[in-house]
Amino acid sequence: MKESFDILIVGVGGQGNILFSKILGEAFLNEGYDVKVSEVHGMAQRGGSVVTFVRAGEKVYSPLVDKAQADYIIAFEKLEALRWLEYLKKDGIVIYSDYEIPPMSVISGKSRYPDVDSILKDIGVRHYKIEISSLLMELKNPRVQNTIMLGFFSKLTGIEKQVWERAIENNIRAKLLDINLRAFEMGRDIELKEEELKV
Amino acid sequence: MKRLMLGNHAIARGCFDAGVRVATAYPGTPSTEITEYISQYDEIYSEWAPNEKVALEVALGAAIFGKRALCSMKHVGLNVASDPLFTASYTGINAGLVVAVADDPGMHSSQNEQDTRNIAKAAKIPVLEPSDSQECLDFARRGFEISEMFDTPVVLRSTTRVSHSQSIVEIDERKEVDFEYKKDVEKYVMMPAMARKRHEIVEEREKRLREFAETVELNRIEEGTSNMAFITSGISYQYVKEAYPDACILKLGMVYPLPEKLVRGFCGRFEKVYVVEELDPFLEENIKVMGVNNIIGKEIFKRTGEYSPSFIKTSIEKCKLEIPYRVDEELPARPPVLCPGCPHRGVFYSLRRIKNAVITGDIGCYTLGALPPFNAMDTCICMGASIGMAHGISKVSDPSIKTIAVIGDSTFIHSGITGLIDAVYNKSNILILILDNITTGMTGHQDHPATGYNIKGEETRQLDIAKLCRSIGCDVVEEIDPYRINENIKRINDLLEIPGVKVVIAKAPCKLHRRYNTTLPGRYVDPDKCKNCKVCLTLGCPAMSYREIPDIDPNLCASCGMCESLCKFGAISMIKE
Ligand SMILES: Cc1ncc(C[n+]2csc(CCOP(=O)(O)OP(=O)(O)O)c2C)c(N)n1
Repeated sequence: MKESFDILIVGVGGQGNILFSKILGEAFLNEGYDVKVSEVHGMAQRGGSVVTFVRAGEKVYSPLVDKAQADYIIAFEKLEALRWLEYLKKDGIVIYSDYEIPPMSVISGKSRYPDVDSILKDIGVRHYKIEISSLLMELKNPRVQNTIMLGFFSKLTGIEKQVWERAIENNIRAKLLDINLRAFEMGRDIELKEEELKV
Repeated sequence: MKRLMLGNHAIARGCFDAGVRVATAYPGTPSTEITEYISQYDEIYSEWAPNEKVALEVALGAAIFGKRALCSMKHVGLNVASDPLFTASYTGINAGLVVAVADDPGMHSSQNEQDTRNIAKAAKIPVLEPSDSQECLDFARRGFEISEMFDTPVVLRSTTRVSHSQSIVEIDERKEVDFEYKKDVEKYVMMPAMARKRHEIVEEREKRLREFAETVELNRIEEGTSNMAFITSGISYQYVKEAYPDACILKLGMVYPLPEKLVRGFCGRFEKVYVVEELDPFLEENIKVMGVNNIIGKEIFKRTGEYSPSFIKTSIEKCKLEIPYRVDEELPARPPVLCPGCPHRGVFYSLRRIKNAVITGDIGCYTLGALPPFNAMDTCICMGASIGMAHGISKVSDPSIKTIAVIGDSTFIHSGITGLIDAVYNKSNILILILDNITTGMTGHQDHPATGYNIKGEETRQLDIAKLCRSIGCDVVEEIDPYRINENIKRINDLLEIPGVKVVIAKAPCKLHRRYNTTLPGRYVDPDKCKNCKVCLTLGCPAMSYREIPDIDPNLCASCGMCESLCKFGAISMIKE
């Protein structure tokens, strides 16, 4: 069992950070960790950049993950993985979906969407890239990207698969449960292979 | 049973356990979920009131009549509710009354960063401040006991990081509490002669509360093994523990009034004591008044924004945090935007095209109309201010300037109606656009008097906004469909030529609301017809992007059709299934 987890879940308002962190928190709790989760509600949810903090350990005080403290950044949108990079600790890991949501300034041509892959490689950040669109196509449901990401991340935690499945069952409506369990399984099937870094 | 609970959920649960019978609120981040969770308990009567003043009056009535009552709001809501609050402090309560107020340091979703502790102190009301979900639950319950022990409303103050964090709680069982109501004119009718006597009682009560604070279990000393010492409360306590786990801490759960002997005794043991609190130097100043001077507070800790463990550590140790990874290039910002299909987009698209207009705005999702690509708003101050301000501007501006107020349906009912009455009464010359999306959008779809449903989702009488405006005496009242952009530009321009008070209600439901949700297939751009004029992109719709030509993400598109109506080349149409 790992001693502690300091995790940032980042994305764009409306992508479902809160549900994801709920499942994560519950799994850690059932595994015997002290847990704190800090969410964002309100204004920022309207399509803005959002972050949720999840912390697990023997005793957790602050609900925030501090800068230079995160073991993992899990990004549901590619650019957002970069935005929160200062929170990553030395040798921490970024897991990101290659899904792109261009911000308004990019749509209007005032700024450019950055080349996330090569920036991460240049800085030398350990990372996994989840190529999400083909997987979503296979499931014919765009709303389960988070569950695929969860499946993938769950393999890094050392927590049994059943614990995760139970947490999913407790938090997802019966109608959507089946597709989410399949998405979770799909995430677990993705090979754990870090992207090569430029040295 | 142990479970993870949001701070706001834990407050709701604490109130349930305490036998609360009435819970009222007007929504406001970060306080809203308290009442949403409470509305799930059948044992508690709950309601959305039109504003915080009314909400507090309803709760006060129930408390005086002998039933425990809760009233919840965000920090700025307490400004609206302060009128009843200050005098409820004089009358006292009968059964317990807790006012749960959530502050928003860092302004995640607020227009200012005011500190509720100052208002509570001014009203001479005790303040409890929890620092995690278990304390939210415990302090809510304790709040009712203290309220009854001292015959006073109690303020339960949280902040965003307490209200919106989940941590582990153990829950209890509900106990019913009942008090009898006895008519008592001396106590409950605050005319000068009675109020003078009550004020004496309030001052006396404050003295007793000060004594009580010395020994109440909410305030405690945590001994440490280092020689560092802190006085702190709320979320800052967690940050101090994280940064300095070995330090000695006086943790205050009751932050007003302060226990003088306890504080003096604690500070006397150390060379210096750090006082850590977000926002105003409230603890610090109240401690300095005691003549205790070996404390360090705002000279090193900021008065603005949120704290964090590293902020506390780097401020004390005057060092810098090492950041291992940084992105050198500037990343495109991602401010909040109007959702795909939002009816407000149509209104602001039209407003942007009105010439010589000053547009006073208000608070809600539609405040985003102030940002690019619309830039169609000049002011945003507080709920309801748009109408009064427009009226004020119209009285001093050149007639060539058109004055327009933009206000949401929930905001209009909250505090726009009195402004409208003023404008009509005093012969104003303004146009008021009420953006009626049939819900309180910004805070997550709460019902209000004009939706026709109550907090439990049951049908109820529906306020007719148009009829209300007519009965107030507005010169013009009409409804428009916000999606008909071109028509609306013309109509608004025509109405601006008519003197008097004109109300235009742009009515279409919030696209995200489940009740009104219709799932239509999205739109797409036909590359053969598209002439790349990019007019559709000027809508600022987040479902659109641009590669070689404009593109629509079918997963995000809400199929409002505004882009289709703007396209002169017929290049946009609905996806055929
Ligand atoms: C006094 C006060 N109470 C509550 C709030 C929180 N708040 C901000 S906007 C808003 C509601 C807006 O609803 P509406 O006017 O219908 O506009 P919409 O968001 O639906 O566009 C609320 C409750 C506030 N800012 N001030």
